[in-house]
Amino acid sequence: MNLTLKIWRQKDAQSQGKIVDYPISGIEGDMSFLEMLDVLNEELITKGEEPVVFDHDCREGICGSCSLQINGEPHGPDRLVTTCQLHMRKFNDGDTIYIEPFRAKAFPVVKDLMVDRSAFDRIQHAGGYISVNTSGNTIDANAIPVNKDDADDSFAAATCIGCGACVAACKNASAMLFTSAKVSQFALLPQGQVEATDRVLAMVNQMDEEGFGNCTNTGACEIECPKGISLENIARMNREYLKASLKG
Amino acid sequence: MGGLIKSSIARKVAMALSGLFLVFFLLQHFSINFTSVFSPETFNEISHFMGTNPVVQFALQPVLIFAVIFHFVMGFILELQNNKARAVKYAKYNGGANASWVSRNMIYSGLVVLAFLGLHFYDFWVPEMVYKYVESNPEVPTRYFEELVHKFESPIRTGLYVLSFIFLALHLWHGFASSFQSVGFNNKYSAGATKFAKVFAVAIPFGFVVIALVHHFNH
Repeated sequence: MNLTLKIWRQKDAQSQGKIVDYPISGIEGDMSFLEMLDVLNEELITKGEEPVVFDHDCREGICGSCSLQINGEPHGPDRLVTTCQLHMRKFNDGDTIYIEPFRAKAFPVVKDLMVDRSAFDRIQHAGGYISVNTSGNTIDANAIPVNKDDADDSFAAATCIGCGACVAACKNASAMLFTSAKVSQFALLPQGQVEATDRVLAMVNQMDEEGFGNCTNTGACEIECPKGISLENIARMNREYLKASLKG
Repeated sequence: MGGLIKSSIARKVAMALSGLFLVFFLLQHFSINFTSVFSPETFNEISHFMGTNPVVQFALQPVLIFAVIFHFVMGFILELQNNKARAVKYAKYNGGANASWVSRNMIYSGLVVLAFLGLHFYDFWVPEMVYKYVESNPEVPTRYFEELVHKFESPIRTGLYVLSFIFLALHLWHGFASSFQSVGFNNKYSAGATKFAKVFAVAIPFGFVVIALVHHFNH
């Protein structure tokens, strides 16, 4: 199929960016979106032009590296997939496709379509861990009984790959879905109780300091999340936060 | 506790609680107004009580005014912060693909409701305050129904009220149900609570429309 790509080009973090048009042809429906961009970059390199910079790593939907706002939606029009899992069969011959970086003040553009998502790392560092003795006397996790529903909910929260689609989709660039998933995965387990109070306060505080927007419950994050992280996590984080604030 | 005041979650909960308080107020306001449709005497009786009871006048009324001001000032602050959180906008943003128009445009429905509150205060609250506390007129317990009916004589004013109630319904459609999530209520009862909130969001503003139209066409 023949397509017109409208791609955000930006030399570096300091430069002004702009949308540049790239016609591309010979794209197969079985190609992934990133393979289509690989084809474009091969063409650009052959012509002596600067290739389009974009994040990618595992290309199987687990690492959370790939991003891209495609036609106004993070990871494109498909549901429960990352950009690397999106196939070109989702588009039609003659389509115009807008490809932009995930936009948020807390996700500054590094170059072209690559953004700096280290704000998520700093939220994790603030409290997304549990203290476990790993000096050779580690207790088997299965030795501690966990309610099945809680274990399932915790696992579901832990499937968040931290790609940032929730922030990109939210009209307020809020990071509540990500932060709530990271809070919930521990809040639901006995192992997470020791630091529960400090964790939620520190992580929410860091989230606010990074400059993400406020949650207004539009639900866009849940719809666009490639891992289907539920809004229930945000409600849980709100409860945990209020409980911790009143306690601490 | 210090962080509770400035955190995004605290602001979200505060918006939800002030909103829930206003929803409760709306219900009692509607219940009183609805009596005007079938019994002017009952309407006068309740209005006289509300207008002269010191607890309502000097305790509940200031709380209500505070809640209204807090809700819209906080709404503006959040909107400004949210705009700043995405300084560079998308060239193409398909917001309709993942969220309802109503949920994405609460600021606009809220602004219409706020403008309506200005008109409503000008129509009822300001004259009432002047009548009672500036001019110190003697209380006439039967005056309320006539004052109400008089305001709905104008088709333009009635039209503005009807339009405002439509926007109020849109605001409530997202706001009421969303407030449960904000205060951390998301469990097996949420689907039922959301249904109730959506029915309320349509029924109460519709009821206000009916009251306005009844008085416009009957008198």
